Amino acid sequence: MIEQSKRANVGHIGSSLSVADILGTLYAGVLQGGGPSDPERDRFVLSKGHASLALYAALHETGVIDGEELASFCVDGSRLGTHPDHVLPGVDFSTGSLGHGLSLATGSALAARLSGSPRRTFALMSDAECNEGSVWEAVMFAAHHELASLVLIVDVNGQQALGYTHEVLDLSPLDEKWRAFGWDVHTVDGHDCDAMRAVLDGLAPTGAPHVLLARTVFGRGVSYMEREIAWHYLPMDDRQYAAALSELAVAESRREVAA
Amino acid sequence: MRRAFVQALTELADRDPRVLLLTGDLGFMAVEPFAERHPERFVNVGVAEQNMVGMATGLAEAGYTPFVYSIATFAALRSYEFIRNGPVLHDLPVRIVGVGPGLDYGANGITHWALEDVAVLRPLPGLAVIAPADDPQTASAVSATAGIAGPAYLRLARMGPAIAGLDGRFALGRAHVLGEGADIALVALGNMAPAAVEAQALLAASGVAARVVIVSCVRPAPTHDLVQALLDVPLALSVESHYVDGGVGSLTAEVVAENGLATRLVRAGVRRSPVGETGSAEFLHDRHGLSARALAATALDQLARKPLPLRRSA
Repeated sequence: MIEQSKRANVGHIGSSLSVADILGTLYAGVLQGGGPSDPERDRFVLSKGHASLALYAALHETGVIDGEELASFCVDGSRLGTHPDHVLPGVDFSTGSLGHGLSLATGSALAARLSGSPRRTFALMSDAECNEGSVWEAVMFAAHHELASLVLIVDVNGQQALGYTHEVLDLSPLDEKWRAFGWDVHTVDGHDCDAMRAVLDGLAPTGAPHVLLARTVFGRGVSYMEREIAWHYLPMDDRQYAAALSELAVAESRREVAA
Repeated sequence: MRRAFVQALTELADRDPRVLLLTGDLGFMAVEPFAERHPERFVNVGVAEQNMVGMATGLAEAGYTPFVYSIATFAALRSYEFIRNGPVLHDLPVRIVGVGPGLDYGANGITHWALEDVAVLRPLPGLAVIAPADDPQTASAVSATAGIAGPAYLRLARMGPAIAGLDGRFALGRAHVLGEGADIALVALGNMAPAAVEAQALLAASGVAARVVIVSCVRPAPTHDLVQALLDVPLALSVESHYVDGGVGSLTAEVVAENGLATRLVRAGVRRSPVGETGSAEFLHDRHGLSARALAATALDQLARKPLPLRRSA
């Protein structure tokens, strides 16, 4: 992600780092199915499409797209833009307009019910995306129809493009909102893959739809980006790039030692 | 047309298990036959058009053919971006059904008048835009959607008495011509066909021979039929219950210009803000120059005008 972001000289790094552990968890065995062309595969909607780089990394790690394609990020004529396009294998839906993805996922979950399929639909949304009224249309529908095969993860990093969510349009108390709308609510650490996996594996197959409110750190892993609004849009200069690689490499080696 | 639509859709659903009907809490005294016959394939999503179209996209990706039903302004305009980024962008067989073309909803007022739906939907790549002229053609058009792999918009009038001579014919990319009059062509969009046919009779009484070109499929554009229908007439009058820009008048202008036709075009449609004056659809059509009487008067007035001399360079 860091390499591609630097080469392409584009931003949205902070938003992608924020959800990297969530995508890592989903793509390390939670999403079921026989690949992008299997009609019975679990569906995944990256509703916060601006974190496409994290999705491309996951698709690369799972062998859906090769290194050459990954390296075409934002190159003229590429299928890999800063928002995902469904022409790319592994991208179920094109996204980028906030407030769209949960409706897509809700329809997908309804389709599974109508056809008697056990497949699940996962959606990943940003917290600021809850500003969009259309989100709550889908929230009400999914709860009313008890679409338990729908699993929504909200990336609660507390930030949006121009400020912190509590300054721009306060969302709190987010958990009580979802509960009031009839969802099965779980608050999790969005960087604790094991904890997220445990919750995802234990979700009830019937009843209310599920939401994981994943507490995350915007720009996670790169100290100068963490919780900094500017890194919603900024690309890195050479010095920042080197620092980011260095910090993430140190973190990775620590993780390996711990394992 | 609502009942004709629901009957045809119910029959389509009998044949095709993929067909679903979603409504945004509208269709009282219209959608019930479908809901009773296919209760498991009927969903009232509530008053939430954006979510309805978004869900339909998710359903279509999984292999279903959802019809989403609402009043045209809500179906087409409230959810416009979801149509664009959903069924259009993904090329999925979602059918947007909008009831109440143009001024059809009369005294319900301007929030219910779909005066720009065709203009905003017409540019979307791969979206079929269908505006049936009467009940039998509505039934044919619903059947024809079975052959459309991508998305479609159906613009349905509330009532659709049968037009003599049309005989329910409908084909994608085709227009239908009634009469052979060569003085003027009345190019009518969907639900304005009856007014055009009536104007044709009024003109005949004044010694003017008119043909009526019924455009019930806006996209794919009936370019070939329009060229053939306009090739030998000096004047065309487009007729639509829609703002005058972006609909069938604009389509006709494009066809005339792009094919180098000598036909002069006059466009009838809503030209000014209709805010502040309500009433029946008949009253409103007359106020906006769209009643048969007003159309005939416009045609006679325009026929009496001498064409501008062509300016030739030395």
